[in-house]
Amino acid sequence: MNVLEVKDLSIALPAGGDRAHAVSKVSFNVGRGEIVCLVGESGSGKSVIAQGVMGLLPRTLPVAGGTISLLDEDITRARESRLRQLRTTRMSMIFQEPMTALNPVMTCGAQIDEVLKFHTEFSSIERKRKILEIIREVALPDPERIVASYPHQLSGGQRQRIMIAMALVLEPALLIADEPTTALDVTTQAQILKLIAQLQAKHGTGVLFITHDFGVVAEIAHRVAVLRLGELVELGVRDEVLKRPQHEYTRMLIGSVPALAPKSRPVALAGKADAPLVLETLKLCKTYSERGWFGAGRTVRAAEDVSLEIRRGQTLGIVGESGSGKSTVARCIVRLVDPSSGDIRLAGKEIARMRAGELRPLRRKVQIVFQDPYRSLNPRRTVGDAIIEGPLNYGVTRGDALSRARSLLKLVRMDDTALARYPHQFSGGQRQRICIARALAMEPELLIADEAVSALDVSVQAQVLELLEEIRARLDLAMLFITHDLRVAAQVCDQVAVMSQGRVVEYGPARDIFARPQHEYTRALFEAAPGRGFAFGS
Amino acid sequence: MRIGASVLAVMVIVALAAPWLGTVDPSLFDAGSRDLLPGKSGEILTLEGETLQHTFVMGSDSFGRDIYSRVIYGTRVSLVVGIATALLALAIGIVCGLGAGYLRWLDGILMRFMDGIMAIPAILIAIALVALWRGSLVTVIIAIAIPEIPRVTRLVRSLVLTIREEPYVEAAIALGTPTWKILFGHILPNCVAPLIVQGTFTCAFAILVEAVLSFLGVGLPPDIPTWGNIMSEGRAQFVSFPHNVFFPGIFLAVTVLAVNILGDGLRDTLDPKMAKRV
Repeated sequence: MNVLEVKDLSIALPAGGDRAHAVSKVSFNVGRGEIVCLVGESGSGKSVIAQGVMGLLPRTLPVAGGTISLLDEDITRARESRLRQLRTTRMSMIFQEPMTALNPVMTCGAQIDEVLKFHTEFSSIERKRKILEIIREVALPDPERIVASYPHQLSGGQRQRIMIAMALVLEPALLIADEPTTALDVTTQAQILKLIAQLQAKHGTGVLFITHDFGVVAEIAHRVAVLRLGELVELGVRDEVLKRPQHEYTRMLIGSVPALAPKSRPVALAGKADAPLVLETLKLCKTYSERGWFGAGRTVRAAEDVSLEIRRGQTLGIVGESGSGKSTVARCIVRLVDPSSGDIRLAGKEIARMRAGELRPLRRKVQIVFQDPYRSLNPRRTVGDAIIEGPLNYGVTRGDALSRARSLLKLVRMDDTALARYPHQFSGGQRQRICIARALAMEPELLIADEAVSALDVSVQAQVLELLEEIRARLDLAMLFITHDLRVAAQVCDQVAVMSQGRVVEYGPARDIFARPQHEYTRALFEAAPGRGFAFGS
Repeated sequence: MRIGASVLAVMVIVALAAPWLGTVDPSLFDAGSRDLLPGKSGEILTLEGETLQHTFVMGSDSFGRDIYSRVIYGTRVSLVVGIATALLALAIGIVCGLGAGYLRWLDGILMRFMDGIMAIPAILIAIALVALWRGSLVTVIIAIAIPEIPRVTRLVRSLVLTIREEPYVEAAIALGTPTWKILFGHILPNCVAPLIVQGTFTCAFAILVEAVLSFLGVGLPPDIPTWGNIMSEGRAQFVSFPHNVFFPGIFLAVTVLAVNILGDGLRDTLDPKMAKRV
């Protein structure tokens, strides 16, 4: 029996959008005890479908045709009061960011209790018993303490478990999971995926799982539906779709997923061992201390004894989970923050304690590209002004800087009409190219990419990675590549440093580390990488 | 917002075109035309000694001055005070706010000083300053602007504190952009929208405070026609001749309301987050 049946569903976009329908004529179903993955890039309409099923569509996005049947009841025609009855009793949803999905001023227990109070006639003792039971079921330690905690006192993974507990407490027939692991670290993601799979198998819940990540699809899906620009292009059993994709778009998407095995690069390209040293850090430390109201405050060791070296033409990857200190190291090297102790040698010169005035001539040698392409460019400046800002600071004339900006745009494969336009007129991938052009305008010796491809769709990610690789080779740059994604690291890095809790736990040639990880933590990271069983990108 | 803007536009036109709107010199008085009711005709003596026949649309006050002319000319003073105060408070507040938000060492000292100013009621500071310097247009503007500066400073500082963490500011640091260029080229342009809104509210507040100061007799000298002065003068006879207070009061209320409506409208259109909520 089908828990959910979506038939010819069309959802209109407001007039003036880039297309008439957010979703057009999409049909699929979710059976009892089945996990169906909706996969697509940003803008494919996958989240809109989820909102439609939950009856949460904003008034600007009306259902234009088709039906959504939940246990044979058409949701598109249901009144708001009926929808409210159905939510959490028959269908539930969990979201990407558990911190914002939970109310920060209510304890976790009270939030689950609210669901029970609204939908059931249980007495307070029964409700309490039920809450503790579901918290035990989502494998949270010390349930009594968790019930009394506020969301900010829990970790991201724990918060997502609370969301799952809240969603499943009334045993709904359908669970919608909208990118539930995207904001989590890879090891936590593996645990949450396992938990969702376990719970749905135990209760026979149908799951509509929305994701952009084919690794996750490979881990959890029974069937896969691929969306492109609001249209369903392929629907089938997981192994069929992943191994023998029929549609061209699916093939392109799966082909863009980077392989987990390091690319073998010719020695000439991979940076010779005797190439000149561009950057070296020696026992670099950064501690943040909070001053307490009374007595000593808390100190956080964001980076501890980090010693790395990067040679010309070489790419060093720093891999680690959030809070491992990888970005702190990058920010110390660019001197956006001042290191607490240790040395940073840029082309032989010690810069860790250099004052602003002395540092200024050296700044141009190190440039950085950030994660978020939407915030990396000043929204009130044209692309041209952004690219020439650096050279102008160092006395290049406007005309020279502009002509160089034109050739740089060509290098990052963009049109030079972009110069006069503003950043909001470009997509995420294009903005990231502009950021790369801006960094290259300084003719740096070291380019730092701080999660530079993490916010991009997989097909765009593949293009930007290729571009970075090409630029590094052509300009013989040294590159420091910071990422949480092992697959990305495997594609571009010659050397890899694995960081955990501020320390480098493993450091060596990428090939060795990917083939034979030595440290326990590195091994855990590899274990957790989603979709290991599938040979993507080959 | 359109209503606010149009009312304000009318006010500006009225202020500019005051001499051609059937007014007489607002300081003229005639002992024979004292306390006339609105709409009555009477005579008024010009400086040259001629006697003019004049219809007192809004009546006359206890000196025999034409209230209509005084209210219309009063619009000039109110708008000048409002706009000049807003510009002055914004200019000083922006510099202080940028400094406090970006330069850590300056933050503590400057903000404690601002907290000190904010602890004193705004009107009290204004009264004290005008009393100290003697009432004139410039001193009134400065006196009203000073208690407004900390509000602007706080706003700019809070904006700077969030914008300075934006990657594009960090990228500018990495590009070797000097601090003053970062402040005025990257951070300030991204603060403009909330500042315009704050400016309109400061403007409305300044118009009100100017009227209050004049009403209390510590603002501009009583011979200069301002709405506050007219009301102050009419206060004594309010029971028998309420029009002396009524007409300037209406102008004051409508202008302040228009500025506030404009400010609210600007906040909604300039803040993309608010605009998206359809």
